[in-house]
Amino acid sequence: MKPPAFTYHRPQTLPEALDVLAQVGSDGKVLAGGQSLVPLLNMRLAAPAHLVDINRLAELAYVRATQEVVRVGALARHADTERDTAAYRVLPLLRQATAHVAHQTVRNRGTTVGSIAHADPAGELPGVLALLDGGVEVASAAGRRTVGAAEFFVGPLESALRPGELAVEAVFPVPPARSGTAWTEVSRRHGDYALCGVGVLVTLDEDLRIATARAAYISVGATPVRVELTEAVADRAYDAADWAAAGALARAAVEPDDDIHATAAYRRHLVGVLTERAGRAAVLSAVGGVGEGGE
Amino acid sequence: MTEHDVRLTVNGVPRTARVPARRLLSDCLRHDLGLTGTHVGCEHGVCGACTVLVDGLPMRSCLLFAVSVDGAEVTTVEGCRAPDGGLGPVQQAFQDCHGLQCGFCTPGFVTTVTAYLRDHPDPTPEQAREAVGGNLCRCTGYQNIVASVLRAAEITGDGQP
Repeated sequence: MKPPAFTYHRPQTLPEALDVLAQVGSDGKVLAGGQSLVPLLNMRLAAPAHLVDINRLAELAYVRATQEVVRVGALARHADTERDTAAYRVLPLLRQATAHVAHQTVRNRGTTVGSIAHADPAGELPGVLALLDGGVEVASAAGRRTVGAAEFFVGPLESALRPGELAVEAVFPVPPARSGTAWTEVSRRHGDYALCGVGVLVTLDEDLRIATARAAYISVGATPVRVELTEAVADRAYDAADWAAAGALARAAVEPDDDIHATAAYRRHLVGVLTERAGRAAVLSAVGGVGEGGE
Repeated sequence: MTEHDVRLTVNGVPRTARVPARRLLSDCLRHDLGLTGTHVGCEHGVCGACTVLVDGLPMRSCLLFAVSVDGAEVTTVEGCRAPDGGLGPVQQAFQDCHGLQCGFCTPGFVTTVTAYLRDHPDPTPEQAREAVGGNLCRCTGYQNIVASVLRAAEITGDGQP
């Protein structure tokens, strides 16, 4: 179908965008890449009176990586985040997870921050933000605030963003030295929504024993689900961890629903299997990183 | 309803249209500019039939508002022809390998593959398959489409069919 009519705004600067968002309040939606919003409009599942197009805010088109943090501006496309070599060097998880976001054609337009603001429980980037305990920089005409991942994701397609606010930046903390990550998921076809997806973050101690491990799951709850796995795998040599126990722990921690794509029981099964798979891959990436000099 | 003036360079030709804000780029190309090569399948970003190149990158034209890409350079399947008006290399490859039957999805494949081969001139069969992973075809079963991608790479690499 065709999208319903709306009033179109195209601010040229961030202050101008925040002014417009303040004026339109709860009648307004932000248009960035539109790869989630426009389908909702075309299917008439959403009908905002105002769209505020931020595609001219070139100041928000950035991916900035330091040794401590990767900051992704609201106009960085998935393809920009995926390609960024400085971000990949310090935080390979961003590329590992972004490669699972739909297809290249969609990643050329859709944005990393938009995917987080959309707060789809099947979205990869919300899962990454939750796993790393990242945050979202939020701006409005009244000022700025930072919202942590645990507070940001409120429910399916529901975030902590208030009317008049714009998510201007996603903040992904870089894990400590001797850490490794992996992202894996199962979907009907590559590029489809995951039936279950998981990211794992493992940190080794100086003797290459597992110090901490945690996972974040997508498509198995109303928001990304974070599970601490440390108790199942800690204090064992990196190659002797009981990832099956970690999988069992995670299976008990999630409460997926049935839907037309998969039963709750199948999704819970995937949580166990993918925890083992991603856990082992994360350990290998941690060991590989140590071999390359600890970064 | 407020209308907006949109300026696009389509297949190298400057074009203008006066459209409501809700006009999708796919409809702008077809209805306002008369370029019906771009096909509209699912209209929610799944099938890939409407794929065009926006400033050189393949994108779903059904998920873009024309007004939002004001000023962009757009390449449609009509722009994938050879300079003499005959079949372009990707089109030729699809003909050579029987990469289409009904042809409805083909414009999206041709634009996607054109952009892909520009950046990856010598794909493996696996890469060729992944390159068209975001496009649906209900006729061919994809084997001939993957073969077409590889054939197009050959043609482009040789500079001649």
